[in-house]
Amino acid sequence: MNDSADKVDNIIEIRDLCYSRGQKEIFKNLDIDIARGKITAIMGPSGTGKTTLLWLITRQLVPDRGRILVDGKDIATMNQAELYRLRQRMGMLFQNGALLTDYSVFENVAFPLREHTKLPNRLIRHVVLTKLHAVGLRGAADMMPGELSGGMARRVALARAMVMDPEILIYDEPFVGLDPISMGVIVRLVRKMNDALNITSIIVSHDVQEVATVADCSYLISDGHVVASGTPDDLQNTTSDLVRQFMHGMADGPVAFHYSAPDYAEQLLGRDTE
Amino acid sequence: MLKNLYYEFKEFLRQFGALQIFFLRLLKNSPRVLFRRFGLVVQQVYNAGALSLVIIMVCGVFVGGVLGLQGYANLARFNAADSVGAFTAFALLKELGPVITALLFAGRAGTALASEIGLMKATDQLAAMEMMAINPIRRVFVPRFLGGAISMPLLAAVFSAVGLFGAHIVAVNLLGVDSGAFWQQMQAGLDPSDVYEGIVKSVVFGIVASLIAVWEGYNAIPTAEGVGRATTRTVVITAICVLILDFMITAVAI
Repeated sequence: MNDSADKVDNIIEIRDLCYSRGQKEIFKNLDIDIARGKITAIMGPSGTGKTTLLWLITRQLVPDRGRILVDGKDIATMNQAELYRLRQRMGMLFQNGALLTDYSVFENVAFPLREHTKLPNRLIRHVVLTKLHAVGLRGAADMMPGELSGGMARRVALARAMVMDPEILIYDEPFVGLDPISMGVIVRLVRKMNDALNITSIIVSHDVQEVATVADCSYLISDGHVVASGTPDDLQNTTSDLVRQFMHGMADGPVAFHYSAPDYAEQLLGRDTE
Repeated sequence: MLKNLYYEFKEFLRQFGALQIFFLRLLKNSPRVLFRRFGLVVQQVYNAGALSLVIIMVCGVFVGGVLGLQGYANLARFNAADSVGAFTAFALLKELGPVITALLFAGRAGTALASEIGLMKATDQLAAMEMMAINPIRRVFVPRFLGGAISMPLLAAVFSAVGLFGAHIVAVNLLGVDSGAFWQQMQAGLDPSDVYEGIVKSVVFGIVASLIAVWEGYNAIPTAEGVGRATTRTVVITAICVLILDFMITAVAI
């Protein structure tokens, strides 16, 4: 693909991204393209900074080096007004939902509408109930976030992320803690929204199976850079040990399950050194 | 040891500088919030002010009552028991009203603010607002800061008024001081400047107490322990700042 085609296709381009937290280098020269209107999955073992990457894309964190282009514009050069305009076009689903605990489910979903628009109450009610219906929680509109289960809170948060009809939807671990029924519904919802509304979706997850059913393209990140990319099928049929280990959930492979530690037998049988 | 002290001092200066920048950001956004989102401020005046009324009034009655008792007992030795009205008014309006209200305010409203904001941070609510393109400074911090800063002088006024009422009950109704003398001595003894001093103090304490509460919440480490620590720090730092500032304002006023 040549350069100009790249620009049209990709809504987000990450180039040479470097980011460290304290002494720990989280990303080293990371390059990722996110295609417009497609579902892109970002996968990787836990602790590889997948969530950090989302925070960098939305400029809640600032990279040490490298560029993140959204629609060809470097987000590092944006002022606050431009950044907020960009964020209005994005919706983000947080890992824990991040619902506002003072407000009811209904008000949580209505919150962005009330803040950004001057729509009449009747219309707001209409929009909010439609979105809640889509996630199956119209009946919970009057409940408070504290009364919801983790999975329900995530679904409400999804309704809130969709309420402004964003162009880009970002999901941080959307499938964790959902029961199989809601998982199926959410997976289909993600797919349907993407196809019907031409939304670009970015999913950060390590649920390989679920991601494989929805994603158009996956990136596997390990050790601060992309180790593999392609369609889920490509990744499934890969020859790389690391990718195979991750995709098939094997304990043995290049990624150690155990955090580096002294020899097991020695530590158990040896004398206390303290 | 010396090196440690140096780093501690540098860290203190860094924090202090950050606090000032935070304060300026609050001030910069205040007019906009006051004019466009006054409802949010009213809500916080209710949270910080109206909900603190009971504790302020109960404490006010008893502090006033103690002043009535002590004032009567000590002034009676000099045959000046009638001056107990002026004595309590001086003590309440100039010192005890603003100072005790500020300390109670830090304990009741300040801790609530700090832990609320700290928990919002810990549960990603502030980040979620940022992502919805809603500025948390305007939506969360400024209304709470203004609500506290507006409530505190009003609470101090209520405290002083209720305190005088408590002193009146003790001195006049229980100990038999003449009611006319009680009020007349107060009127004759007190200057408007004494009242102004109290007003200035309560306004300054209100700004300081709210600023510290909001800042500690904003700066809290987003864990259960971090929020707890932020709450404690709010009370401790507010108490220290209020007492130091009280001394400074009094020194300037006299």
